[in-house]
Amino acid sequence: MVSEVIFIAKITITSSMAVLYATIGEIFTERSGILNLGVEGMMLMGALTAFAASYASNSLWLGVLAAILVGGIFAMIHGFFSITLRVNQVVSGLALTLSCIGLSDFLGRPLIGKISLKLEPFNLFFLHKIPIIGDIFFTHNALVYPAYLFVPIAYLFLYRTRYGLELRAIGENPSAGDTVGINVAKLRYLYTFIGGAMAGLGGAYLSLAYTPGWKEQMTGGQGWIAIALVIFAMWDPIRAVVGALLFGFINAFQFYCQAAGLDIIPSYVLRMLPYLFTIVVLLIITKWEAAKKRVGAPAALLIPFEREK
Amino acid sequence: MPSSSPKNVPAVFMKGIVKNFQDVVANRGVNFRLLKGEIHSLLGENGAGKSTLMNILSGFYLPDEGEILINGEKVTFHSPRDALDHGIGMIHQHFQLVDNFTVAENIILGMPGPFALDIAAHEKKVTELSKRYGLAIDSRARIWELSVGEQQRVEILRMLFRKVNILIMDEPTSVLTPREIEQLFVIMQRIKEEGRSIVFITHKLEEVREISDYITVLRRGKVMSTIRPDKVRGKDGTVSTELARMMVGREVILEIGKSSAKSDHTLLKVERLSVRGDRGGLAVNDVSFSLKVGEIFAILGVAGNGQKELIESLVNLRIRENGRILLEGKDIAEALERIAYIPEDRKGRGSIPDMSLLENFALTDRKRFSKGPYLRWKRLEEKAKSLISQYNITAPSLKMNAGQLSGGNLQKLILARELSQNPLLLIAEQPTRGLDIGATEEIWKELLRLRETCGILLISGDIKEVLSLADTILVIFRGQVMDTISCEDEEGMERIGLLMAGVKNTR
Amino acid sequence: MRIILKKRLTPLPLTRHLIIPAAILVAAILGAFLFLWVGVNPVRAYLEIFKGAFGSPYNFSEVLVRATPLILCGLSVMIAGKMLIWNIGAEGQLVMGGVAGAGVALFLSPHMPSPMVIPAMILAGFLGGSIWGLIPGFLKARFQVNEIITSLMLNYVAIFWLEHLYFGPWRDPAGRGFPGTAVFPDPSWFPRFFGTRVHLGLIIGLAAALLIWLVLDYTRWGYEIRVAGTNIKAAQYARMNTTRNILWIMLISGGLAGLAGICETAGIHYRLQKGLAVGNGYVGIIIAWLGRLRPGSIVLISILLGGLMVGGDQVQISIHVPSAISLALEGAILFCVLGGQVFQDYSLHIQLGER
Repeated sequence: MVSEVIFIAKITITSSMAVLYATIGEIFTERSGILNLGVEGMMLMGALTAFAASYASNSLWLGVLAAILVGGIFAMIHGFFSITLRVNQVVSGLALTLSCIGLSDFLGRPLIGKISLKLEPFNLFFLHKIPIIGDIFFTHNALVYPAYLFVPIAYLFLYRTRYGLELRAIGENPSAGDTVGINVAKLRYLYTFIGGAMAGLGGAYLSLAYTPGWKEQMTGGQGWIAIALVIFAMWDPIRAVVGALLFGFINAFQFYCQAAGLDIIPSYVLRMLPYLFTIVVLLIITKWEAAKKRVGAPAALLIPFEREK
Repeated sequence: MPSSSPKNVPAVFMKGIVKNFQDVVANRGVNFRLLKGEIHSLLGENGAGKSTLMNILSGFYLPDEGEILINGEKVTFHSPRDALDHGIGMIHQHFQLVDNFTVAENIILGMPGPFALDIAAHEKKVTELSKRYGLAIDSRARIWELSVGEQQRVEILRMLFRKVNILIMDEPTSVLTPREIEQLFVIMQRIKEEGRSIVFITHKLEEVREISDYITVLRRGKVMSTIRPDKVRGKDGTVSTELARMMVGREVILEIGKSSAKSDHTLLKVERLSVRGDRGGLAVNDVSFSLKVGEIFAILGVAGNGQKELIESLVNLRIRENGRILLEGKDIAEALERIAYIPEDRKGRGSIPDMSLLENFALTDRKRFSKGPYLRWKRLEEKAKSLISQYNITAPSLKMNAGQLSGGNLQKLILARELSQNPLLLIAEQPTRGLDIGATEEIWKELLRLRETCGILLISGDIKEVLSLADTILVIFRGQVMDTISCEDEEGMERIGLLMAGVKNTR
Repeated sequence: MRIILKKRLTPLPLTRHLIIPAAILVAAILGAFLFLWVGVNPVRAYLEIFKGAFGSPYNFSEVLVRATPLILCGLSVMIAGKMLIWNIGAEGQLVMGGVAGAGVALFLSPHMPSPMVIPAMILAGFLGGSIWGLIPGFLKARFQVNEIITSLMLNYVAIFWLEHLYFGPWRDPAGRGFPGTAVFPDPSWFPRFFGTRVHLGLIIGLAAALLIWLVLDYTRWGYEIRVAGTNIKAAQYARMNTTRNILWIMLISGGLAGLAGICETAGIHYRLQKGLAVGNGYVGIIIAWLGRLRPGSIVLISILLGGLMVGGDQVQISIHVPSAISLALEGAILFCVLGGQVFQDYSLHIQLGER
């Protein structure tokens, strides 16, 4: 029994990493007032880049670095259209995703089926020796452990530093920030980049650790789940973890049922669950927002900022 | 004109400022001098260029020509931050505060400091500063919890926290009750006593006399004159008339002749109306009044005291909690087509700026011009053309977008559209907000003319407008009726200012 | 250096018509780089694409075939877009339309008189998509839940259900190699024209475009929709029943995508199979946007993009470039047009250094 719990818990964690990175990144982007629907595309490009770069250079870390950069750069395209050109952000983000799907399909053709380096799990220091908890949390690959740090850092940054205050301000009322001398455009570009970089990192996790290799559209919609999770998390990094873990849990549970040959819930229903679950969560959040009034999206989200009238 | 000897270098000297926006010249070669420790008012109509000039001074805009000298040294401001670094800060008409943040967070936003944020320490500092200026603010309160007057104090505090020497305030009194205005003037005096300067932008003549050391009048982007308030007299001996003449360029009739016209036929009866607001509390609390045909009934109050919710319940856009509304004896919900509603938000509600004039005419009249499922555009076009000439609307083509019309013309379009449906009751919400004196006069005359044929419910926060037009005035405060005064009741009229501020019994 | 955009007073007059061709040119140049990357002569590649699409009557007929679901999906997204509703769920609605129509074909048609089968399938397809579209529509109308995420999530649900059906309970008992249902009985096959694969679906698409244009511009309801999409506060002020309109729009929008689904199923595949959800719903979003929400433009752009796709398929065969190039090119075109549209309303000024 315990071993099964541990099994499910471990898979929950590994299944939630990619989506967690992307969600945290998009939280930063949206907090600054920019909606980037290109997350799925950036994750794909990140996955492809990570695999391709590590394949070509025989270095995993070069792959990760490349993925982060590529994710960030593609996000900047969206940023340019959204911030400087003030184009409709929904269209720009969708265009980015569609382009990246096509681009990654196109460029990744020669890499399908190739085998390259993969990130092996390892035990972190001695922590793995802690009963149960140690096994669950500290026996993973190198791209899982950074998340343990990223999340609290993200939280502290957002709420306990003056830069976090500025970030939150420009997403709520960019003119207020402008009045006191904050460079709204520069900051929005920065956080859009960070969002893309994190999405790229999530993609790298997929192609280097979770399902090593490259396959067309290997992210399977996790970029979209991330966007939904940002809403579920109410733009807060700690709640994002809860959401990502729930998503991971559903995956793990489905895995477990298949592995154990259990057929209580048909597999297609299990596969639908994360998506249905997101809808329900969104409904609940929206109702809360309507009732409590002050819990919600950054007020300036999707609204382009211009100073000169 | 104040002289500037070497001892007396002006704190600010703006020389030859020119600023164009697309095809509008907002500032034409404006010269402006501000001394230390003075309150200088910038007076002018909407569109005169006052806000633009000060936006340039505070770093929001770059001038196309001209230079700015601060304490005798030439400066160029590329952003508000540059201006702030030189001690210049501007408080805009629409507050630049983050609703979700606390007072302290708003004040320290953007200020240099350590990486980690020590909120508690800052809250203490803010509270101390607010006490020093008598501004009484809870530094832990969130902005959305504060009243408009309190929010304004946060804005002021934010500037004082940054040790601003030159404080620019853009139309600060438009959202305040008379008593809050007095309090603001006290704060301004205190700031001035410290040797700081204040630029006070306004279009209200009476205030300017009370508070300014100097007044600069702008008209159509040019400086008409810079004068001391005690050195000015108009034709009738008052300062106001002379200032008004400078603002507008001709003799302005500040009073509209009005006969008392009334019948005894009650048109609208509101009984014990209560309406819930967005925040949960009662925005309208037990309000009763009645309106007769042939009268202009005004509801006077500073914006935000329940007028919006009251109107919305009248036109059935908001559910009422309690009470009855009767039009000609019938429940109002059954007679909605007989009501014409001119909303305050011309571009947001009353019209569709991105659609053509023709399509705008169809907005509330579409049912009349339909045949089955189809809209009869041709018929509508004829009607529209006749209305345009009848109401003298300047519009070269029916195909142009409504957003391209001037404020006055757009208001006339909305008026024309609504009146062409022969309403029994016209509800006019802040009908002359944002319009220049010429357009205002036109609308006032139109309303007085309409009084003959239908009942008019006027909602306004402008005492001048209400006094000029209304037969009966109901003063509203925090959703409740303070008093209902007839225009012939002189003694009642004197209490209006106090009533607006919520002071009921002065005896 | 600062880039400043200044709003133009009047939008560019004639030059506005040059913007889309210019954008396509820029996209083509970007695409050229891609071709060079894989070692292909771009000029030759583009020529092959053009030939593959428009080089012969049969090729062009294939373009029309490809364009049929695009037209319907484009119209679907467009009509929702007129009310500022983002129907990202066209893909799922297409699938559900195909499923519903297939259900009629497989299980109900043997019990119906033959002439009624196709109309019943078309109706079922429309309804299947409508119902799927009404879910996000209802959530939006009643609870103000954002339709982008809800409609998107439902795409995945629909696709999983589709796979479950044709791998599972609806699996072809004869067990042909390619996974899917049994082939539909004869009366349910959409007629084809002139010996090509162009089928009834094209007529349906063009008729829908015409109908939509008439309704939007000439009926009162169409006017209400346009007003709600331009200024919702004015719509509320004018007492338009926007809640009811949202539901109607999502019903129609979903229905149109559903039609795309049944058209593909009954016009091309004649069974429910793997190639149903290939992204038409998503491309529909691009088409609706490029077509600036106008039915005529949508038809035209659908044909052009169909040409790009068919040409892309050809290029895969003739010079071995992956057909995914067409998706990448579409994305590039979209970005370039987006950028180009900005120039219509704004003029670009570059400020160097200090004034």
